[in-house]
Amino acid sequence: MAALAEQPIVSVRDLVVRFPTQDRRATVKAIDGVSFDVRAGETFGIIGESGSGKTTVGRTLVFLQPPTSGTMHHDGVDAASISTRELRQHRRDYQIIFQDPNAALNPRMSIVASVMEPLKLAKSGTASECRARAIAALERVGLAPETGDRYPHQLSGGQKQRVLIARALTLRPRLLVCDEVVAALDMSIRGDVLNLFAELQRDFGLTYVFITHDLSVVSHISDRIAVMYLGRFMEMGPTEPMMAQPLHPYTEALLSAEPSPLPSDLRQPRRIVLQGEIPSPIDPPSGCRFRTRCRYAQPDCATTEPVWRELTPGRFVACHYAGQPGFMSSQPTHHGSAS
Amino acid sequence: MDAMTAPAPSDTPLLSIRGLGIRFRTAQGDWQATRDVSFDIARGERLGIVGESGCGKTITGLSMLRLLPPRVATVEGTIGFEGKNLVDCAARDMRRVRGRRIGMIFQEPMSALDPVFTVGDQIAESLRVHQTISKADARARAIEMLKRVGIASPERRVDDFPHQLSGGMRQRVMIAAALICQPQLLIADEPTTALDVTVQAQILDLLRELSASSDTALMLITHDIGVVAESCTRMLTMYAGEVIEDAPVDDALRRPLHPYTSGLLRSLPHLSERRSKLPSIPGRVPTLNMPTGCRFQPRCSHATQGCERPQALLDAGDRPGSGRRVRCWRFRDIDLPGVVH
Repeated sequence: MAALAEQPIVSVRDLVVRFPTQDRRATVKAIDGVSFDVRAGETFGIIGESGSGKTTVGRTLVFLQPPTSGTMHHDGVDAASISTRELRQHRRDYQIIFQDPNAALNPRMSIVASVMEPLKLAKSGTASECRARAIAALERVGLAPETGDRYPHQLSGGQKQRVLIARALTLRPRLLVCDEVVAALDMSIRGDVLNLFAELQRDFGLTYVFITHDLSVVSHISDRIAVMYLGRFMEMGPTEPMMAQPLHPYTEALLSAEPSPLPSDLRQPRRIVLQGEIPSPIDPPSGCRFRTRCRYAQPDCATTEPVWRELTPGRFVACHYAGQPGFMSSQPTHHGSAS
Repeated sequence: MDAMTAPAPSDTPLLSIRGLGIRFRTAQGDWQATRDVSFDIARGERLGIVGESGCGKTITGLSMLRLLPPRVATVEGTIGFEGKNLVDCAARDMRRVRGRRIGMIFQEPMSALDPVFTVGDQIAESLRVHQTISKADARARAIEMLKRVGIASPERRVDDFPHQLSGGMRQRVMIAAALICQPQLLIADEPTTALDVTVQAQILDLLRELSASSDTALMLITHDIGVVAESCTRMLTMYAGEVIEDAPVDDALRRPLHPYTSGLLRSLPHLSERRSKLPSIPGRVPTLNMPTGCRFQPRCSHATQGCERPQALLDAGDRPGSGRRVRCWRFRDIDLPGVVH
């Protein structure tokens, strides 16, 4: 964990991203006021359901999506204040890996050509130097150098995901946004790829923002987790205390909805089932946006928006009642430590 | 390979598959997708089939409704269901089974629903195909079914088109359509994979509840062992086109008998300390060139001399008729960790 005084690698304040709908009659509030820091060397997990805005956060962090409002500092630099040319140099330090390895590789380019593409674009050395570095990157992620001459269709899903990791590493980024990077992989491969991420973090001092809907993955790999719902963070804090004792009713519901692979006598008695589905981000509920599915909702939750506050050091929550004695007392304990 | 070799069940199973082998003709030659798949499903039982992509779990489900492309797929063995062999019964008999006695729901509800018909029409369709029923009565039944699967204001929703519904509601519609003829067996192929975890919880509860209240057997195909643990009574594990283990869910989780099942369970991130190295299974699933003996042998840390011989699915029950089976001749010699130790 980084020292307190250290400057965060990314610092985001009041980030808002809005999109017009296709017919341009309404606005989708994809991110509606989110603030957080990512510390150097940590893994920051963002968990949320589809439509929560987690992918948009990831894209904004690597400059693929301009914010509608709010500020972002990358290593102290505000990207809005520098020239396009400086930005092009600056953004190399912040890379992203996407979920679908098939969509992220050009089927007509050999693997090595795909991996060296970022180096070529960055005009980083001669063609043969770029090639050598690309091959080295492939080897680093556990692929044989011959893999470079193959084409995407000749590789398995796990191998393709390794190629994408290699490609993201060629520019030696400081921050890597990983958007659902293991969702498309089979169980026995998933562990290998997660192990690779951990190893690369140790070796290169990488910082990760890990975006996923899979609680078991995010809680395994992350130092801190943010729980996102309808464009807002509901809760943020260090992994273990959050898993053991969530502060927000939504976190509690997420934890209890996760199917646990345990024999019946070791499983928690039945969970909290959330009613309905995530409302539309075009017209989110008034007040607390989780209230329509919250089993603890009170009348004032519809009228007053909860303040994002630091309840105990390092643990943030947006709920009027979080931390009050007796609130959410039927706490489910997470199934994390059965072995 | 007939029903005589099966462990003697207390009464006739609803479904009895023996020696099911599915072969596909491809440009590169024949590909044996599954071989020697044998299992039973009892009335009202909830069976989970787990395995990684390519293990044959989906095509086993499709073959039970004869939905494989007939020009390229060859099916051998028997699928016994209500006195018929679904592998070779007449097309006319098959139509009476499909959608009426055996229902099926798929992973992606959007591609399984027709965008130009209302959900009410699509739910009522199977009723109108299989029974003589007036349009008005079919509509009333569709509304009733929508209510049973937990859709609010079903009288209004019955006239909605699929695009007007959320993902979870579409899957509820699929379940309604699959269950309206009150089938004896529902095959659900990854029914919650495309859904969010909070919606998945709702759909799994619904499936379990409907299965219990109507005594419909459930065959749940999934890659998620957590889903099987919560929804099923028995777990069948497949690897490289073969059934490698068949056991009551709790037994399989606590004390798996096949090294592959154990490896899968141990690789689940739930069970490892945070940030620790996840146990993994070395190597990859074989696809075209299957090992001649045990198919898992090249990746198995317990492999020894003898594993190069073809493996039969052995009866491994502690007591006769417990129905526990494993495809590993060493199962008595090796002690494998499960999810608890």
